[in-house]
Amino acid sequence: MKVLVPIKRVVDYNVKIRVKADQTGVDLANVKMSMNPFDEIGVEEAIRLKEKGVATEIIAVSVGPQEAQETIRTALAMGADRGILVKVAHEVEPLTVAKILAGIAKAEGPQLIILGKQAIDDDSNQTGQMLAQLLGWAQGTFASKVTIEGGKAEVTREVDGGLQTVRLNLPAIVTTDLRLNEPRYASLPNIMKAKKKPIDEKSPSDYGVDPAPRLKVLKVSEPPKRKGGVKVKTVQELVEKLKNEAGVI
Amino acid sequence: MAVLLIAEHDNKSLKDATAKAMSAATALGGPVDVLVAGHNAKGVADAAAKLAGASKVLLADDAQYANQLAENMAALVVELAGKYDAVLSPASTSGKNFMPRVAAALDVPQISEIVSVDGPDTFTRPIYAGNAMQQVQVAGGKKVITVRTTTFKAVGTTGSAAVESIGAAKGPGTSEFVRDELSKSERPELAAARVVVSGGRGMQSGDNFHLLEKVADRLKAAVGASRAAVDAGFVPNDYQVGQTGKVVAPELYIAVGISGAIQHLAGMKDSKVIVAINKDEEAPIFQVADYGLVADLFKAVPELEEELKKQGY
Repeated sequence: MKVLVPIKRVVDYNVKIRVKADQTGVDLANVKMSMNPFDEIGVEEAIRLKEKGVATEIIAVSVGPQEAQETIRTALAMGADRGILVKVAHEVEPLTVAKILAGIAKAEGPQLIILGKQAIDDDSNQTGQMLAQLLGWAQGTFASKVTIEGGKAEVTREVDGGLQTVRLNLPAIVTTDLRLNEPRYASLPNIMKAKKKPIDEKSPSDYGVDPAPRLKVLKVSEPPKRKGGVKVKTVQELVEKLKNEAGVI
Repeated sequence: MAVLLIAEHDNKSLKDATAKAMSAATALGGPVDVLVAGHNAKGVADAAAKLAGASKVLLADDAQYANQLAENMAALVVELAGKYDAVLSPASTSGKNFMPRVAAALDVPQISEIVSVDGPDTFTRPIYAGNAMQQVQVAGGKKVITVRTTTFKAVGTTGSAAVESIGAAKGPGTSEFVRDELSKSERPELAAARVVVSGGRGMQSGDNFHLLEKVADRLKAAVGASRAAVDAGFVPNDYQVGQTGKVVAPELYIAVGISGAIQHLAGMKDSKVIVAINKDEEAPIFQVADYGLVADLFKAVPELEEELKKQGY
């Protein structure tokens, strides 16, 4: 079966971001960009399914600027078979991405689409669920384990109180949580091989989608700073302060 | 503006998150109806009826809602959404699961994890793990919103709304519940606890978490952990406090052996009082702590437990 892995190019998770002085957004100039870490887990899971003989072809898809091609190359170097880049110059909202991915899913006919549970830039946590709804498919979000068997996917999910396991008809959507797997590094030979793998370029209009944002961002600001307090010397002093000064115990 | 608030519950009790999300719902301007979708959940509906600000409680009591499967929940909420201008839910793993489906079905963007209602169509939400705050305005259409409940106060229980039973919606039947493996604990739930004691990589092993548990027992606290401690395999993921785990805002947060990575701070910096115990005095956690104790945790934590015991906790 075909597996689709949508991936997003985001500010690298190690970068300390800066809010622009004019409050129009976050400064992305000369900032290191990488594949969204949750998406990387999605690519890894697809590759493992292929290694087990469950998946036959892995298609990495990104909706974003021309540079997102590099992110697709990373997925190809890890082990995806081919790529699709849907070019959009500006930021795209999750619903727009979901509509484009729904168009690709209809054209490609995957049995499984594995997405990151959220992108670490806008922290929306929406695209996978929206895509599932648009396609009328079942979803297993925040997955820590995925098993494909007998035309169904059994997905163990990380929920607030512990774990929940659900069984989904295929085709289905899975979104990844941190503990699903540890993504591999691409080897040098695979990086070289990835350069020859094909990447199709598309535009949102190919799928009949208008990419214009629908939410208006009024401003992006620094979060309120929390001030450090005092150092205490002993445990006794700590308990005394918590009791009599802060009044929280 | 007619608002529908989806209740968070486990069929037995109404979660505190619902009372907090109610604050956000009423800030939109009323009236607010509360949907309780569950199985044998009449008690939950009765509790929801007491929430100040509830004008009506809709109870959809059916086996298909017992486990809050996203496909079935979304089908129900979409069917009800016609009468409302806004649909809200706490940003719990359950709300995060079905709400984007609702938004997609209604063809509107979702506004995730709002921390404030700045106007009837304007909201603030954290981005980049809370390192920036984004204020957004919705152009039109229905609003689909999840609420980061830690930044809203729970409403009181002075209400007396009527409970109206409604029928189940036809679910798509594409998914089924297999099992739950919920962490069993006598302690309060992490997200709702008044006091949280968390451990980081400095704990060195899962076994050492019993030191924290002893302190937690004295303070009736929940036990949490940093992502580093979870990644190191010390404790399960549902202990995780941080941007990719749970966001908590207790009265007292005690961080033990936690350096204070950005991703952890994002999950606890709204706590009222923060205590840090760490042997590295340069640790960033001290920059946000109200009370810092530079000490070896293996000495300080048993001492803390002893001191609390001495004082009758």
